[in-house]
Amino acid sequence: MLNGNFSNHFLLGLAQAGLAAVMVIAAMLLARRRQIHVERETLIALLRGLAQVIAVGFVFIVLLRGPRWTSGIILACMMVVAAMTSARRAKSIPGAFQTSLCAIAVGAGLIIVIMVLSGVIARTITALVPVGSMLIASAMNSNALALDRFRAEVESHVGEIEAALALGASPAAAVARFVQISYRASLIPPLNNLRTLGIVWIPGLMTGMLLSGSPPLYAAVYQFVVIAMMFAASGLTCLISTGLIRAHAFTPAQQLRLRGKTA
Amino acid sequence: MAIICGEHLGREVDGKRILEDISLEVSEGEVVAIVGPSGSGKSSLLRLLNRLDEPTSGTVYFEGKDYRTLAPAELRRRVGMVMQTAFLFPGTVAENIRFGPAQRDEPLSEQAIGSLLAQVGLEGFAARDVHNLSGGEAQRVALARALANSPAVLLMDEPTSALDEDSKLGIESLISAVVASHRLTCVIVTHDLQQAGRMAGRVALLSSGRLVRTGLTREVLGAERQS
Repeated sequence: MLNGNFSNHFLLGLAQAGLAAVMVIAAMLLARRRQIHVERETLIALLRGLAQVIAVGFVFIVLLRGPRWTSGIILACMMVVAAMTSARRAKSIPGAFQTSLCAIAVGAGLIIVIMVLSGVIARTITALVPVGSMLIASAMNSNALALDRFRAEVESHVGEIEAALALGASPAAAVARFVQISYRASLIPPLNNLRTLGIVWIPGLMTGMLLSGSPPLYAAVYQFVVIAMMFAASGLTCLISTGLIRAHAFTPAQQLRLRGKTA
Repeated sequence: MAIICGEHLGREVDGKRILEDISLEVSEGEVVAIVGPSGSGKSSLLRLLNRLDEPTSGTVYFEGKDYRTLAPAELRRRVGMVMQTAFLFPGTVAENIRFGPAQRDEPLSEQAIGSLLAQVGLEGFAARDVHNLSGGEAQRVALARALANSPAVLLMDEPTSALDEDSKLGIESLISAVVASHRLTCVIVTHDLQQAGRMAGRVALLSSGRLVRTGLTREVLGAERQS
């Protein structure tokens, strides 16, 4: 119905956004009838989200006219922001930012490079930036989960870890069980994504490809490729970050530094 | 000759001084009790002796060498520790006892495990899951696990304080028997002066992070009772 009334794509988009916002406000008003007050947060989030995506749209307008190498700079910036976001979940671990940056840059970066070299990701800004950002975001989320879980496990097993150190165990051996637990926990979201792909959810990329007229079978298989790449990026990132972070949990004299409130 | 010797040990945590200028020598085969009221720094001092914590001043000499020149893992193998809580690792009793030697790729035979368990009065417990042990049994396993490393010095941090009265006396006499049979040098932290009297030949009395008195058990405890 809306399509027929707008010849300009931007105005059409704004009208569609307005309709979507009306539905959000309706849900918010229904919640209000049950004395659940989320009006302020919802309105702020709506306006903020709209402003952010319009800004991203403008960035893309500029980028599409720019040289291909700018995609590398954009992905690098995304990795820095992803590392900062992950590290916030593990503030009490010294070196959490450096560890996250190194893990995401190597983990997600390596998968992006391999996929670009093998031709799975097209060497265009319009493919590299969105697909790359999905891999970086997945690596960021898994890395944040891994660091948060590692911190929690270590802080709640201080006695067991120090008992191992007191028996002559190396720091790596003393926390090996907790590194394994953290790694497994960090892979739950990407693993669930793979398991439920196409059954519980049809992800955004496939939806976008279908909307833009790609053959459904190709869109489906490419979506699997992207989800598998996300899993690989997450797995590699967390393998690196859990390996690096354990060194920061101990002093050079192999004393447990990460003791939480027990210190 | 002193096997382990702390010299002018001090420790500060977040700007707060918890130990100050403590010098303590322990001779080979000697059993020394560190006593004092709660918060006097007894456990903090013990943790400096196997370098689980770092002294902010002073150092420890182990067998005549500044322990900062030794690899921490090797130091801790030679200076074993039994903590207030057993902190057993998930798995069987035998897996716990194997843990220390396994760190150096030294497998422990079934016979050696059986012998260690016999020493702590737990014959036939090797295959038991540690979750099914009582507090007293867990502490015995912790002792056997520490002995499996063949330490030269054994540090004990209130090893009976988490146990009920019956288990406490049993573990106490067991520790005394094991220490005597292995001719172990032992430093035991306890808040119980009677226990210190029963177990140690010499006592070091701490108060507010300072060493206020050291000497033969009967002399120090006698002076404490009079004061």
